Amino acid sequence: MSAAPEILVPGRGSEGEALVLTAPISFWGGVDPKTGRIADVRHPQHGENLSGRVLFLPGTIGSSSASAVLLELVRNGHAPAALVLDEPDAILLLGLIVAREMGWETPMALRLGRDVFASYRGTIVNVADDGALTIAA
Amino acid sequence: MAMRIVAESARLLGAPRLIPIASAHIDGGLYHGDSGTLFAERLVEGGAQVAVRSTLNVGALDLMGCSRIRLEEPARGMARRMMEAYRKLGCEQSWTCAPYQAGHRPDQGSDVAWGESNAVVFCNSVLGARTNRYGDFLDIACAVTGRAPDYGLHRAENRRARLVFDVSGLSAPFLASEIAWPVLGSLYGREVGNAVGVVTGMPRHPGEDALKAFGAAAASSGAVGLFHIAGVTREAPDAETVLAGAAPEAVTRVSPEMIASARAGLSTAAAPKVIDAVAIGSPHLSPAEFDTLERLIAGRRLGVPIYACTGRHVLAGLEQSGRRKALEATGVVIVADTCVVVTPILPELAGGVLMTNSGKFAHYAPGNTGYSVLYGSLADCVESAVLGKPSFTDIAA
Repeated sequence: MSAAPEILVPGRGSEGEALVLTAPISFWGGVDPKTGRIADVRHPQHGENLSGRVLFLPGTIGSSSASAVLLELVRNGHAPAALVLDEPDAILLLGLIVAREMGWETPMALRLGRDVFASYRGTIVNVADDGALTIAA
Repeated sequence: MAMRIVAESARLLGAPRLIPIASAHIDGGLYHGDSGTLFAERLVEGGAQVAVRSTLNVGALDLMGCSRIRLEEPARGMARRMMEAYRKLGCEQSWTCAPYQAGHRPDQGSDVAWGESNAVVFCNSVLGARTNRYGDFLDIACAVTGRAPDYGLHRAENRRARLVFDVSGLSAPFLASEIAWPVLGSLYGREVGNAVGVVTGMPRHPGEDALKAFGAAAASSGAVGLFHIAGVTREAPDAETVLAGAAPEAVTRVSPEMIASARAGLSTAAAPKVIDAVAIGSPHLSPAEFDTLERLIAGRRLGVPIYACTGRHVLAGLEQSGRRKALEATGVVIVADTCVVVTPILPELAGGVLMTNSGKFAHYAPGNTGYSVLYGSLADCVESAVLGKPSFTDIAA
């Protein structure tokens, strides 16, 4: 299976295990900026780690510091391998825009309808340099 | 660099143009790791200065020295460097998440660029100024350029209500209680997500601190940037006006059962026998809230500490009147410039239980402090702090 999503923020191609979130998340307060672990005890994927994963996000909520948490994850090497969003999220993606300004290598952010997110659960996803998503395994 | 960040954000959002802004509130001064410090210092090195009035949200340190922050070096030094960088950029040293109670109140209808989710929602809803939910870094980039992308809540057509949240089925004593607002806000945020809604059925104006608590809870459980309350908030003289003649896309009739469930959802501690601390002041406490706190404590000695978070704009008054010392003598720990969920202040304690009257603390404390939370009214929080164990008085919804 393959999809050709719109590239929201360019970055390097990558491959990683899919992490499909089933509820929106607040990055600040919901994700540990040191490790990428989901720290929000009320979140269904609490305890999972988004570091190195192809992260499918059904939406974000809460704090306006989401961008700062993502920037920190990019800098300390615990960012997701790629971010797949249902719609552009100006707060979160700012973390990637600023990381690019700082000259740090960033994961790609892609736009894809949330209705197909579930089909990636439990797979290894390849993200090509042009943003194409392929299930590698 | 600031203009590139603003322009790139505008592209991402599909904004056709940039508009001038009247002020900014900057949420970038809180230390989450070295990356934010390096970014702020890069702006300073480039000679950037804010072009409009810019207040600062909380930092990671209590620069007033009221409370002890357990942030160790080198993080502590990086947090201080970050706060210093924002000062050099020309931002006001307000260090509060309630700038709207610290003299920063933009005019109704003016465009501003505010960060910090509770400040954004208060600015839009209660003051009637226009801002989107600005993320860290875009807020300072807008402040430096004096420009913001023209989209979302800057545009009048996006400010009308599409959903109705009807609270007329709830009892008058409940709606008049302090606890109603964080609980309603939490439920509202979950119901509406990022949509604009109007609350109907409120018999009277609940006061500014109640609206502050509602907005903060709604912006924690949802992505709320603007709410209306018919007959209360600036743009909603009545529901019809703010619905702009259209039928609502959905109507939520709030029942006492929904309130009970939302209230229960604010606690994560399962029937604890004791509590370890109380935290209040998210958003930062106003002078009126300190008055209530003093009245409830009534000079009694607390069994466990109450961490009372506030801004230096309130602290000055408390010190002049000698009230700070009196409060501290009872066991209150005043926290200024920051708060207990954004930086390590609470003692590290496995299985710790934190009681709070704040919907926002209730949302973030478990993830950020490791404490489980117990939610209650301020009166219940104070009684529980005196006793060192939970004490509840119920008000039926």
